[in-house]
Amino acid sequence: MLTAPVLNYSLLAPILVVLGGALLGVLVEAFLNKAIRPTAQLAIALGTLVLSFAQIIRVRDLTSLTAAVNSVTIDGAGVFIQGTILVLAFMAVLLIADQDNFAAQASAVPGSEEERSAIATGKIQTEIFPLTLFAVAGMMLFPLASDLITLFVALEVLSLPLYLMAGLSRRRRLLSQEAALKYFLLGAYSSAFFLFGAAFLYGFSGSLSLNGIAAAITGGQGNDVFLLIGVAFLSVGLLFKVGAVPFHSWTPDVYQGAPTPITAFMAACTKVAAFGATLRIFYVGLSAAQWEWKPIITAVAILTMAVGAIAAIAQRDVKRALAFSSIAHAGFLLTGVLALNKSGLSGSLFYLVAYGFTTIGAFGIVTLVRDSAGEVTDLNRWVGLGKKSPFIAGMFVLFLLSFAGIPLTSGFIGKFSLFNAAYETGNITVVVVGVLASAVAAFFYLRIVVMLFFTEPTNDSVTVVIPSIMTRFAITFCALVTIVLGVYPSLLLNTTQTFASFLK
Amino acid sequence: MSIVTTLELLPLLGALLLAVIPKQNALLAKRVALATSVVVLAVAGLMAYRFDNSNPAMQFVESRKWIASFGVNYAVGIDGIALVLILMSAFLVPVVILAGWHESENGKWSAKTFYILILTLETMMIGVFAATDVFLFYVIFEAMLIPVYFLIGGYGRGERAAAAMKFLLYSLFGGLLMLAAIIGIYVIAGNQIGHTFDIAQLSTLHIDSWTQDFLFLGFFIAFAIKAPLWPFHTWLPTAAKSATPGTSILLLGVLDKVGTYGMIRFCLTLFPQASKTFTPIIIVLALISILYGAFLAIGQREINGLIAFTSISHFGFITLGIFAMTSQGLSGATLYMVNHGFSTGALFLAAGWMVSRRGSSKIEDFGGLQRVTPILAWTFFLAGMSALALPGLSSFVSEFLVLVGTFTRYPVAAIIGTTGIVLAALYVLIVVQKSLHGPTTEGNESLKDLNLREKIAVAPVIAILVIFGFFPKPLLDAINPASQQVMSHAGVTDPAPKAGK
Repeated sequence: MLTAPVLNYSLLAPILVVLGGALLGVLVEAFLNKAIRPTAQLAIALGTLVLSFAQIIRVRDLTSLTAAVNSVTIDGAGVFIQGTILVLAFMAVLLIADQDNFAAQASAVPGSEEERSAIATGKIQTEIFPLTLFAVAGMMLFPLASDLITLFVALEVLSLPLYLMAGLSRRRRLLSQEAALKYFLLGAYSSAFFLFGAAFLYGFSGSLSLNGIAAAITGGQGNDVFLLIGVAFLSVGLLFKVGAVPFHSWTPDVYQGAPTPITAFMAACTKVAAFGATLRIFYVGLSAAQWEWKPIITAVAILTMAVGAIAAIAQRDVKRALAFSSIAHAGFLLTGVLALNKSGLSGSLFYLVAYGFTTIGAFGIVTLVRDSAGEVTDLNRWVGLGKKSPFIAGMFVLFLLSFAGIPLTSGFIGKFSLFNAAYETGNITVVVVGVLASAVAAFFYLRIVVMLFFTEPTNDSVTVVIPSIMTRFAITFCALVTIVLGVYPSLLLNTTQTFASFLK
Repeated sequence: MSIVTTLELLPLLGALLLAVIPKQNALLAKRVALATSVVVLAVAGLMAYRFDNSNPAMQFVESRKWIASFGVNYAVGIDGIALVLILMSAFLVPVVILAGWHESENGKWSAKTFYILILTLETMMIGVFAATDVFLFYVIFEAMLIPVYFLIGGYGRGERAAAAMKFLLYSLFGGLLMLAAIIGIYVIAGNQIGHTFDIAQLSTLHIDSWTQDFLFLGFFIAFAIKAPLWPFHTWLPTAAKSATPGTSILLLGVLDKVGTYGMIRFCLTLFPQASKTFTPIIIVLALISILYGAFLAIGQREINGLIAFTSISHFGFITLGIFAMTSQGLSGATLYMVNHGFSTGALFLAAGWMVSRRGSSKIEDFGGLQRVTPILAWTFFLAGMSALALPGLSSFVSEFLVLVGTFTRYPVAAIIGTTGIVLAALYVLIVVQKSLHGPTTEGNESLKDLNLREKIAVAPVIAILVIFGFFPKPLLDAINPASQQVMSHAGVTDPAPKAGK
């Protein structure tokens, strides 16, 4: 006799709404007229995200370990991360809606007759919206998952659509497809590592749930070798997703090759989701074994900050440069994982919000800089943009200053929170490396400022296109968040501190 | 609302007003900027009038919650040291605007943007001296780099972008080290008395000497870069050569003082023990700065570079006075900070006019200016005399006080420092002789002398140099109680005068 598992639909509603929306999108693809598909898909995607956010607001104060048979934990930090993902995804969808960025027909071979005719007939690949929603659903499950199998499933649900989306670029399609393939292959490897680690942790503890593993570590009954192997391989899978050194090599290629709105989506939302899950796994499941993993994660954090900041300097492509900067930020975020205290968690939450909005804003601006062949990502061709379009260039500088952690931007408060948390735990090395890496990174960000404002524009056809109303809204909103959280961070800090708790 | 806050908000209001003025109307933008800065000066004067010299505590204090969850407050208040520095800043801004009436015209952007940057900078200059919350201080300390960066990069000369970048990177690097130290002291405070950034409360912490040394270094290096002290000085000459004269005045006259001010307000107050530990090293660095700056100034062929190196020498004197750990030395150093602002200001003004008239900044291109442009020549001469601390001009008083204050504790250092005065005479007199006297160099015959606007701009500065040279009492009355307060907090008493002196 098999008893059906008890699911608390009310608590799972935010995820279910997104999945429902995604399925609806698939149906639209199948049955609706081509002409109205783009509008319908956009409306469904945005509507779904809003509806899901409303559900988040409804469940925000509820906590539960048993929403889905001990596999999903609803708690403050989890709900906060879900909400963050939704808002960021909303912004990303606004950028995605600018259809000009995507292949007319993804199945057509680049350069073929079929591709030309698809472009000529104005075909549009609207599958991008349901794919986004599927990814968002996976991202929302990932940070809530409290057993290893659910974690793995969520990881795959969020990754698979991304592999596809990375390959959908309208221009430079080969590069885009190469990025997608690279992302897929390396992602598959890292998933295998993750699963391997999960198996060892199960072997160690006899339990798949994070709480069970934590209990086994405290109990001291299991085989420590299994624990070590398990933690190591599980970490590899997670560190791959967050783009930490030495598992970062996919990041620049994929960020560069993927259509820019998708890059924005990946850089912001995936990072938030992956860090949400990482925080939960280390805070809830593995905190008792911290003496085993802390040294190695500390080393990874230090390496990530340093390599990200230093390698960014050498980049000539704005998307690759932002990719390395996102690697450096992953390093800063790892200091929050290492802290293992409340201020570390609340600092991480704040940092994720600040970083997410800044990232989407920055990539949003990248989508606007074009010539006749599409987006221009070569930094040398960005020179003098401040003269051609001072407002857009000014906003880009704002985002860069926030990345650099200059006071009065959200990035500074985020960095301060994280370094403060790290210092509280006595991890002064990380703080010192962190500030030094910030100084190095600042050089790179300022170099771009110099290019934008202090170098005379060459006689180049690069222009800043007039953004569509949606892109304009997304960029402006991100800029506002960046400034407001920098000048008056209490608006968010109070919230992150209320929500910064994991239910064990 | 405290008068300090009003003073901070006024320039910002002016900047906002400028923002709505049409870009084409440069004249209106200049007038609004000038009017704003004059109003700020008037309010600053009112504040000085209401300031109670007999009260060594912080005055006009105001504290509001800013980031409650970190315990950060918008907390301001001033003592005598902050007062004189704010007054100097408020005085220099209108001078800069009036003297550099056309400075904004050759930039990458409009005149309007130039004045928005200047006024925003003024808000921050007042705020940085008035902040009594370490977090607030840090935020302003870093944020004020941005307007200066754009002022140098957007309106400067020559390799301006590179100079702006160098300036910003050095300062950011120092600032980030300070951030690490700030987080450190914040965490210690959290363990001992609860999370706070209030300077007065932080100064009551008990920090073990090992930690104190590290935190002290975090702050000190940031300030030594800012001030700048040898060997952290290399950004300054590049920046001074590329910036407009007005920006240079604000940069060397006011912004660099944030470094020396920070040494007093943070290093001495928060880490008295570590300050004593590091005193010998810092005094050596200060002496090197004095001599190194002076020697390089002698060798300079470029007039702005010369002023920059003389400043490095002067910052050596200021640092020497601060770390002599006597109230005389500290008062002298504070007075020096003010006087240096005015004398360097006058030098940069005169040099700027010379350069813009001649179209070259090489010293060898000038000569016999005294005959062609007598008033300009006299201005430069007086400013130069003030830089070499001629008795009767204000710098003399402060240099004397610094050396006397140092001598009572470190006689050898004072004697070595005194040679800096001799070198100062050399570098000033050489440039005076080359550019003002002798036959008029070819190409200089038709240079125009100062016009009325320029005379009005420079006259008050010269007047101040002379007045405070003969009568420094009003400034010292404000400074002395504050510096005694700092010294007594640091737990140092002045050495008793030795018999026979």
